[in-house]
Amino acid sequence: MAIRDRMSGNEAVAVAMRQINPDVMGAFPITPSTEIPQYFSQYIADGKVDTEFVAVESEHSAMSVCIGAAAAGARAITATSSCGLAYMWELLYVAASARLPITMAVVNRALTGPININNDHSDSMGARDSGWIQIYAENNQEVYDNYIQAMPISETIRLPIMICQDGFITSHGVSNIELLEDEKVKEFVGEYTPDNYLLKQENPLAVGPYGISPYYMEIKRQQAQAMKDAMPIIMDVAKRYEKLTGRKYGFFEEYMMDDAEVALVVIGSSAGTGKEAVDRLRAEGKKVGLIKLRVFRPFPRVQLAEAMCKVKAVAIMDKAESFSNSGGPLFNEARSSLYDLPNKPYCINYIYGLGGRDITVEDYYEIYNDLFIINETDDPGDVYRYVGVRDSRFGEGGFDHKKYEE
Amino acid sequence: MKQAKDINEKSTWQELTIGAEIYEPATSVLVETGDWRVMKPVFKEENCKHCMLCVPYCPDSSIPVKDGKRLDFDFVHCKGCGICVKVCPFDAIDFVKDLKEEA
Repeated sequence: MAIRDRMSGNEAVAVAMRQINPDVMGAFPITPSTEIPQYFSQYIADGKVDTEFVAVESEHSAMSVCIGAAAAGARAITATSSCGLAYMWELLYVAASARLPITMAVVNRALTGPININNDHSDSMGARDSGWIQIYAENNQEVYDNYIQAMPISETIRLPIMICQDGFITSHGVSNIELLEDEKVKEFVGEYTPDNYLLKQENPLAVGPYGISPYYMEIKRQQAQAMKDAMPIIMDVAKRYEKLTGRKYGFFEEYMMDDAEVALVVIGSSAGTGKEAVDRLRAEGKKVGLIKLRVFRPFPRVQLAEAMCKVKAVAIMDKAESFSNSGGPLFNEARSSLYDLPNKPYCINYIYGLGGRDITVEDYYEIYNDLFIINETDDPGDVYRYVGVRDSRFGEGGFDHKKYEE
Repeated sequence: MKQAKDINEKSTWQELTIGAEIYEPATSVLVETGDWRVMKPVFKEENCKHCMLCVPYCPDSSIPVKDGKRLDFDFVHCKGCGICVKVCPFDAIDFVKDLKEEA
């Protein structure tokens, strides 16, 4: 029987960690992920796990601890946010290229400039090309479920994995949750048994060697293949998890998409608000849908494109700027995935929620309304837009996509 | 388990080890580091007094010594830096372009 409880997303991750009892944790506190190592340290102090906790002086060292431990053959974990993740930067690439299955709980928070501690996706989106698998959650239950699926995915394909959740919104928001029994989690996650590791004395091993130009590119090609091969593994693990819990997971979730005319694609907790907007608009007879992307790395371009093609116009929501002058990271990848398809929908981008700016049901009304206008006029206007930002060009009536071009 | 001797610059990405891991010690003996050389020293034995000045100056231990006499260069390791040429007081080392034969 599942255990009914209520807790924050941070505690849910810490509970999953306790149930798994990994070998090594290297971590440094940073808001809003601090509670994760804090709860976990308590479990260690109480003798509930026998994990070796390495208290480091920085996130650079936290990731170095994980790399060393994973290379030695241990199951290694960490947790971080924002500039902590940024400070791990060079090691993220080392972990991925050495193919070390490290599990990192990322509690998404804006990168500073101006100083800000609230939620957006600029930290993990910035790390999107580092070779880590990235899975995002809408709510506390999903964070817990994703965390338990992380190691079976990561250790099978030998790629490190980020389990992301929205800072404060789910990390500190307490909600109902269904936990699994400890034994069930242990059985599902299993033991970590790498073929080769530094502490295996029968065969000496060198990890992360100098890869000169005649070799470097082949190793990168291998990594690209691993990311591709992770796709079926993610689905297999999700199916196994569904059998255990009844909760179904995929690359993304489609909400009211079957007869939808317009839709939006969104990552994380904002999908919850989006679903509320969908429900209310559906009650008025408006055929709107929503796609919540769960797996961003590897990017499920074929499947996502197919889902987006069910509608005539799609709004792609980015909780991170990339200052590319051509939209956010999700927009660019999702939109490009449609390019080869004959009946592709109009695709517009909204940058939203930066630095903890709330996105409301009313904001979503505006977006869906814009999509219906595009449908009627067959004119997408400027596809690179902001929502929820104060703009002198727009009055009380809000956004007007014709004015946006001025 | 893939051995280092079976991996070379013609190996495809599928043939390399995962993450470029190396599963055995001392694989550097398989690598000819002398192939970066642009210039190469030429030992002129007739001028050599075996003063041994060149030997400790060589940064790559590429001048073997046997029974108190220096031998010809070890071109597997010599990078062609030319330090030995500079320090030789007896004009016993020439320095010429290392023209690689086309394979």
